[in-house]
Amino acid sequence: MKLLFVFIRKEFYHVFRDRRTLLILFGLPIVQIILFGYALSSEVKNIGIAIQDNAHDIHTAQITEKIQSSSYFKLQPAVSNYADIEQQFKNGSIKCALVFPVNFGADLLRTGGAQIQLIADASDPNTATTLTNYLQSIINSYQQQLNPNAKISYEIIPETRQLYNEEQNGSLNFVPGVIALIFMIVSTALTSVAVVREKELGTMEILLVSPLKPVMVLIAKAIPYLVLSLINFVVILVLSVFLLKVEIKGSVALLFAESILFIITCLALGLLISNVTASQQTAMLISMMGMMLPTLILTGFMFPLENMPVLFQLISHVIPSRYYYIIIKNVMLKGLGFGYVWKETLVLAFMTVSLLAIALRKFKTRLA
Amino acid sequence: MISVSVKNISKLYGAVKAVDDVSFNVQQGELFGLIGPDGAGKTSLFRILTTLLLADHGTASVNGLDVVKDYRAIRNKIGYMPGRFSLYQDLTVNENLSFFAAIFGTSIEENYALIRDIYEQIKPFGNRRAGKLSGGMKQKLALCCALIHKPEVLFLDEPTTGVDVVSRKEFWEMLARLKEQQITIVVSTPYMDEARRCDRIALMQAGKIMSVETPERIIHNFPKPVYAVGATDLYGLLKELRVDPAVESCYAFGEYLHLTVLAATTSEQSIHSIVQKYQPKNLVIKEITPTIEDSFIRLMNEQNANAENDGE
Repeated sequence: MKLLFVFIRKEFYHVFRDRRTLLILFGLPIVQIILFGYALSSEVKNIGIAIQDNAHDIHTAQITEKIQSSSYFKLQPAVSNYADIEQQFKNGSIKCALVFPVNFGADLLRTGGAQIQLIADASDPNTATTLTNYLQSIINSYQQQLNPNAKISYEIIPETRQLYNEEQNGSLNFVPGVIALIFMIVSTALTSVAVVREKELGTMEILLVSPLKPVMVLIAKAIPYLVLSLINFVVILVLSVFLLKVEIKGSVALLFAESILFIITCLALGLLISNVTASQQTAMLISMMGMMLPTLILTGFMFPLENMPVLFQLISHVIPSRYYYIIIKNVMLKGLGFGYVWKETLVLAFMTVSLLAIALRKFKTRLA
Repeated sequence: MISVSVKNISKLYGAVKAVDDVSFNVQQGELFGLIGPDGAGKTSLFRILTTLLLADHGTASVNGLDVVKDYRAIRNKIGYMPGRFSLYQDLTVNENLSFFAAIFGTSIEENYALIRDIYEQIKPFGNRRAGKLSGGMKQKLALCCALIHKPEVLFLDEPTTGVDVVSRKEFWEMLARLKEQQITIVVSTPYMDEARRCDRIALMQAGKIMSVETPERIIHNFPKPVYAVGATDLYGLLKELRVDPAVESCYAFGEYLHLTVLAATTSEQSIHSIVQKYQPKNLVIKEITPTIEDSFIRLMNEQNANAENDGE
């Protein structure tokens, strides 16, 4: 036990004396959370809109006011012709525009029907669709407000609810993904590099020519990164809750238990990579290209898995982070208990045990 | 008692024979030197003996334990200092030392007597990171780390490469003191001048051991008188003498040429008459005791000649 303690202390010395490792370890999670939370947000919020009001009556003023008061849109200075609108689209200050024709209010009252033009920048089709939907619903609600007593004989009023995420908070979707990604980086990449560094420096030669058992070397290498990953997990959770207003609905204890399991999966992967590589660069490259890219793409947090070609969907089944992502989403966002995630947990546990077994068996007791 | 036994060991890397049918024994408490240039196969041999590599042919044992079967037991009993500086550069001197003590299940205090002489010299730098030490200090620290668990056999792979002359001398004095403690030491070096400090040496070249003898016997066995020839234009003279039909071998050693001739009986006069043909300025000729390097070159040439004959 004392031996293990000494070895682990040595690993911590390595970590805390290497600025690069420290930066990756603690800088990366914070940067990623902030990046995904603010910069790479897919949410519709404060979108620039220009209104060309050719009618200038009470109705156009009220609709404009409604748009202005919604948090989705940010009203740009009024424009008077199409050329101005186009100019604003081109310089990017607006993503959509609204045109009221002359006599909008008069038409509305006299003929009972008025037209309105919605223009959206569809270079990003998803956003464009969302924006026009929002605008339509604002206009619809104004319409209902106009004639509260008017009875349409048969009316269907859809009451939609965005379950588990009523406020459409985009952070909810990526926080679990970022957690998975961070574990991949910290546990897999850093662990593999830590072992391979000993090979590169030649210290592995001395460790091998000592009574140390291979298990001991692996455990001692893995434990510090397990601890550091857990610290990172706490940091991410705290940032998510307080900065990104993500609510943790499920059991925090279950979240921790599942995370520890996934961290061990990542550690096993890292140790496995370190066994088959001889240089830090190769180890880094394999962890980054071979592990991080699949995690980003095939986990489902960036691109929906259902839309992918069958081949990629099949591959995604062997990516451990896919299961972790499902578990975390279910527990953290939906508040589900272990009963709903035991299948994924089982798959993850099976992967972990197999990977650990292979890593242990592959650990070379000699140089070649 | 035989401490290290090597029998017909060969190691191949693809088609290259790094170690080629090598056999020798090292007695307990002996300071045994493996002398040879880079690429002679010294490091491969060390790695086989320290159980880090498996040989392709042959057997070897350390203190009666087989390097393949009993590798775990051997790892408890030996100290190994690899050729490259292989300690943690980002740990301090003391942290390195206590770490290596711990993984061998001992402490610095327990075997302090063994490392005291060496440790005293690096003690002032105890809190300095190992990566910031000078070359000689690094070697001393590495030796301390290899010794800390009181090994029965010590394997030192080129411990003095890249170390200044003074530190090299100190290092060999330390080895001599360790020998007094009955520790078997196997050391390799490319420096022929260090060979004289060993009890016995094995001259190694291209994976083969050419001779295993005491340094004195190797010199004594040199079959011919060697003459040192000095002149102003040494290089010009070397080129002339190399093609002279009377000359057997001629090599540059510092400010002299070492010369042997084909004739069975020689004297300084007969050498003079050979060399004088080329009218060198400031000619000096004297008979000298052959060095290990002379022997090494001679053995190497014989080995090459044999290999060529075998080829034909």
